[in-house]
Amino acid sequence: MADAVLFEFLHTEMVAELWAQDPDPGPGGQKMSLSVLEGMGFRVGQALGERLPRETLAFREELDVLKFLCKDVWAAVFQKQMDSLRTNHQGTYVLQDHSFPLLIRMASGLQYLEEAPKFLAFTCGLLRGTLSTLGIKSLVTASVAALPACKFQVVIQRS
Amino acid sequence: MAVCVAVIAKENYPLYIRSVPTENELKFHYMVHTSLDVVDEKISAMGKALVDQRELYLGLLYPTEDYKMFRKLHNSYTDVMCNPFYNPGDRIQSRAFDGMVTSMMIQVC
Repeated sequence: MADAVLFEFLHTEMVAELWAQDPDPGPGGQKMSLSVLEGMGFRVGQALGERLPRETLAFREELDVLKFLCKDVWAAVFQKQMDSLRTNHQGTYVLQDHSFPLLIRMASGLQYLEEAPKFLAFTCGLLRGTLSTLGIKSLVTASVAALPACKFQVVIQRS
Repeated sequence: MAVCVAVIAKENYPLYIRSVPTENELKFHYMVHTSLDVVDEKISAMGKALVDQRELYLGLLYPTEDYKMFRKLHNSYTDVMCNPFYNPGDRIQSRAFDGMVTSMMIQVC
């Protein structure tokens, strides 16, 4: 497995590049860049969802898929597992990471709080893409209260 | 050895379908359709039981020892997915995938 920093550097450049290209600095333009990042994460997640589950394809229920995300996917991409997983058993899951690798280099506390969302968009897409390949439609959002801890909220879309 | 290989997307349309040309191809295509119904049946019947990838395969078709074949197919499909020029949902046009399927099909004439 390649050194973790390679992905961190690439991700930082992706965010910087997409933000620099954006002619519209207002909230409308920002939304566009965020959804581009999320889209990239989605496509990567789709491929990951096929590649990662090797012999471990015994997903009996939704909770097993979420546990797979927290353990195997997180370990493969960030070399650590998710710190906590909570659910209301009605299709909403909150995944908590106390020291998210893509935020840890930035600050510890409230500095750069407004900048944090753009560094979470790709990962939200990644989660959504992996779930999509495993047959689950979802909506993933992220929130940061204080760096480097963040929460990812997964809401299962049942039609 | 296979006579017909099909990869079906989640939305129930074929991403890839190929059969040995000497047989009546329509018969094979119908078989692919009916096998989708069997998949559905099996999935709804399973519920909390262990749904293992291998078990699903062996349970649907005749109990052959061709788990290796399924493995090869899934590995090639994973490679197709990882190709950045492939958009999920497109028909599979990869020559590498074609080559792998050829190696699995019955050599007739």
